[in-house]
Amino acid sequence: MSPGGTYAEMDLLRFTTAGSVDDGKSTLIGRLLHDTKSIFEDQMEQIEGASRKLGDEGINFALLTDGLRAEREQKITIDVAYRYFATPKRKFIIADTPGHVQYTRNMVTGASTAELAVILVDARKGVLTQSKRHAFITSLLGIPHIIVAVNKMDLVDYSEDVYEEIRADFRQFSTKLTVQDISYVPISALHGDNVVGWSDRMPWYEGGSLLHKLETVNVGARRNHIDFRFPVQYVVRPNQDFRGYAGTVASGSVSPGEEIVVLPSRFATTVRSVETFDGPREEALAGDSVVLTTEDEIDISRGDMLVRTKNVPVVGDRFEAYLCWMSEEPMEVDRPYQLFHTTQQVQAFVDRIEYRVDVDTLHREKANLLELNEIGRVEITTSRPLFFDSYRVNMATGSFVLVDPHSNVTIAAGMIRGEVSRVPEPAAEAEVTAVGSPVSPDVVWEEWNISRAEREEKNRHRAAMVWFTGMSGAGKTTIARKVERVLFERGIQTMLLEGDQVRHGLCGDLGFSDADRSENIRRVGEVAELFFEQGSVVICTFVSPFRADRQAVFERLPEGKVLEVFVDAPLDVLRARDPKGLYRKEDAGEIELSGSEAPYERPEEPDVAIDTSAIDVEKAVALVVARLEALL
Amino acid sequence: MRQKLYGHLQALENEAIHVFREVAAQFERPALLFSGGKDSVVMAWAARKAFHPAPLPFPLLHIDTGHNFPETIEFRDRFVDEMGCELLVRYVQDSIDEGRVKEELGPEASRNALQTVTLLDALKELNVDAAMGGARRDEEKARAKERFFSHRDRFGQWDPKNQRPELWSLYNGRKNPGEHFRIFPLSNWTEMDVWQYIHLEEIPIPELYFAHEREVVRRNGVLLAHTEFIQALPEDEVSVETVRFRTIGDATCTGAFESDARSVEAVIRETAAARITERGGRSDDKRSEAAMEDRKRQGYF
Ligand SMILES: Nc1nc2c(ncn2[C@@H]2O[C@H](COP(=O)(O)OP(=O)(O)O)[C@@H](O)[C@H]2O)c(=O)[nH]1
Repeated sequence: MSPGGTYAEMDLLRFTTAGSVDDGKSTLIGRLLHDTKSIFEDQMEQIEGASRKLGDEGINFALLTDGLRAEREQKITIDVAYRYFATPKRKFIIADTPGHVQYTRNMVTGASTAELAVILVDARKGVLTQSKRHAFITSLLGIPHIIVAVNKMDLVDYSEDVYEEIRADFRQFSTKLTVQDISYVPISALHGDNVVGWSDRMPWYEGGSLLHKLETVNVGARRNHIDFRFPVQYVVRPNQDFRGYAGTVASGSVSPGEEIVVLPSRFATTVRSVETFDGPREEALAGDSVVLTTEDEIDISRGDMLVRTKNVPVVGDRFEAYLCWMSEEPMEVDRPYQLFHTTQQVQAFVDRIEYRVDVDTLHREKANLLELNEIGRVEITTSRPLFFDSYRVNMATGSFVLVDPHSNVTIAAGMIRGEVSRVPEPAAEAEVTAVGSPVSPDVVWEEWNISRAEREEKNRHRAAMVWFTGMSGAGKTTIARKVERVLFERGIQTMLLEGDQVRHGLCGDLGFSDADRSENIRRVGEVAELFFEQGSVVICTFVSPFRADRQAVFERLPEGKVLEVFVDAPLDVLRARDPKGLYRKEDAGEIELSGSEAPYERPEEPDVAIDTSAIDVEKAVALVVARLEALL
Repeated sequence: MRQKLYGHLQALENEAIHVFREVAAQFERPALLFSGGKDSVVMAWAARKAFHPAPLPFPLLHIDTGHNFPETIEFRDRFVDEMGCELLVRYVQDSIDEGRVKEELGPEASRNALQTVTLLDALKELNVDAAMGGARRDEEKARAKERFFSHRDRFGQWDPKNQRPELWSLYNGRKNPGEHFRIFPLSNWTEMDVWQYIHLEEIPIPELYFAHEREVVRRNGVLLAHTEFIQALPEDEVSVETVRFRTIGDATCTGAFESDARSVEAVIRETAAARITERGGRSDDKRSEAAMEDRKRQGYF
């Protein structure tokens, strides 16, 4: 391996761990670090020594993660601690948070940046109130993936029945949450079973080890890749000739030449360049720290937000939010607080508390104040308008903190639901938020009246999406139509969405610029998701040239529900076929097609890849149907 | 377009740049603590990227113990020159001469603890309200719970029980007069990340990090450079070895170790295989198990 090689290209997964006291969380983390060879000899000697001092038998892995002296003495973890390890596939950052009743705030803190939560359950005790609390917070904070690790399997004789019972319990409870992806693994942190490698003591378990799950889960699902938001952080002005706006792309992407508007002034201009120390870039994506310059000299300063002309956040000074209270001093209505949101700092009042959530039962209670570690739904008014989206749709523009203006301490974490008057009263008892689809920002997402699960039961098959991508003339639509016919005849509820069709209606206002192509796919994704939620097998055939756009559609659905089919043929074959005369038009300079001149980004790992110059249509159809059956 | 970083290193750099910009926006007089060691070099490097094409909007500040390897100071001056930034130096020797601190005596004497006083005096003198340090959470257990924005009271002290929760990428730099912040933009980096970054970005670092021949004193299992600041005891073994340093602080307590890694690539290979933590070679950490925590409470980094 070259030193700059694999390591430099690894991606990053931030995850958090939650468990009640003594569920074995510290042991698990110690075990993960130890078995991935992330513990150094001198640390090992130190904890061996300390283990003896505290009278433990053998090595107490928990000491590795207990940093502060007070905790060592009280034998408890009292704060969020960060741990690092790497495997050849990924670098991991663990936010280790304790599970005590009084420490909800720490878990919220740790969860705020995590993309995945490992929730520990003691096999002997089963799903306790605390486990539910952890799952609720995970869901509230919009973490897209949960792994439920059933620990101490050694103490229940590695029993499959015990494991299955816990799994069923958790699953039942989790229907109240909206986490997209929950998976389960039976482990013994103490002995290392199913932590890093697969354990032959539980031959009945067929899933991967915990580490395997951590290494393969999709990263980036928390980011909104659609709605461009750029909170201006700092103005860079070295001389009269250069004026740039430094910031981190909060969501979406931006390229030179794109039209933008500045909030709150509403001045419109065009992006001139995307600058970095390493030279100008053609594009900046969510998470990138860059400097933008504009074509027009307009007054832009810290706290302003640059967005796209046709995709703006809510601009408003009143909103509804979930608030997690983090201070000993209770929250009071009508007291001035300082509010931090994106790069803005404003004064804010909590106008009223709609209700408090009992995090154990998920029931709502009337409340006049919020105390330490309590979570409530509130209405907030700010001294100046904020530019926000709902947290569910856009974590970066939907999150805020409150600061006490006297002590300057951060006292609450907030997640915006939407504007006050426009938020309909939720119907479900346990309505909980989670990140998901980029819906229009001023609409708050609600549970479907009839759940997909119910519809699937009635249909007697599950819902799924089949996405055909490939260049014009590759044969997508021909195959897709036959696939639909086969499914339909088997009594499966289907719907086919085709490129040309939506171009006439739903997307009739769009052209073929890169931005319009993206918007086209975004809308199709919206519609496809509706059919999916309605229980159908929704089949989509779109050139969909950009990987990121396809990915964004796929990420709207729970994992394992999408079949990506790449239909391909050599370019000369495509040109020769030219069923719609498009290549001819292109040669005449009338249009630009993805793939020949305009870019087409091939899927990296399609579920099915078909070369239509090599196999015939019937075979291709059979191939797709066979793969699809596993999902239904 | 030149783009050398990918994946997690790009993410870490983005995060650090975001923090530098927050510091420049939220504070009036930030300073970047710069020792010439690799972490502070990487920090200064990333900081320059944050404000490009403008120069760094804050100075570098070096707290000089006087117990330096000459190579470090030469490197420091050259680096600062090339970066075109402002460097301020404050000397522990001055604090000693003014009677603000007492020099430790004996063969184990180190000026590490004294630095704290000089640092706090310098922050006060220069009215610094945000001092950026290159410390990383992976270095030591007590640091694992540090925030990016770490609040210090009027006495420069850190209270581990009273830390502000830090959520998403919202950093709270509000404070009362007389208080200040320590800022750790590289919090989420590991030693390996730092080396990879140095490699990919081709960042110059002092030669001490690479294997070279040097006269060393072996004491309590730690190899110390035999310099004018170290008196060899009769029982110390003095010999010439091929060594390099993993950290380069005060020459009296920074341990060397035997290595023949003479390039960044070789160091990376060695780091990947290393079985001892970076600070394992520092004799000041070994003094007591809670050593670091105690020093942090008093205002050390
Ligand atoms: N038998 C058994 N004991 C375990 C296992 N995991 C943790 N423990 C023990 O459970 C106790 C609490 O573990 P600890 O990691 O400190 O729990 P934490 O409070 O969640 O961090 C310790 O005595 C561990 O040795 C396991 O898988 N099997």
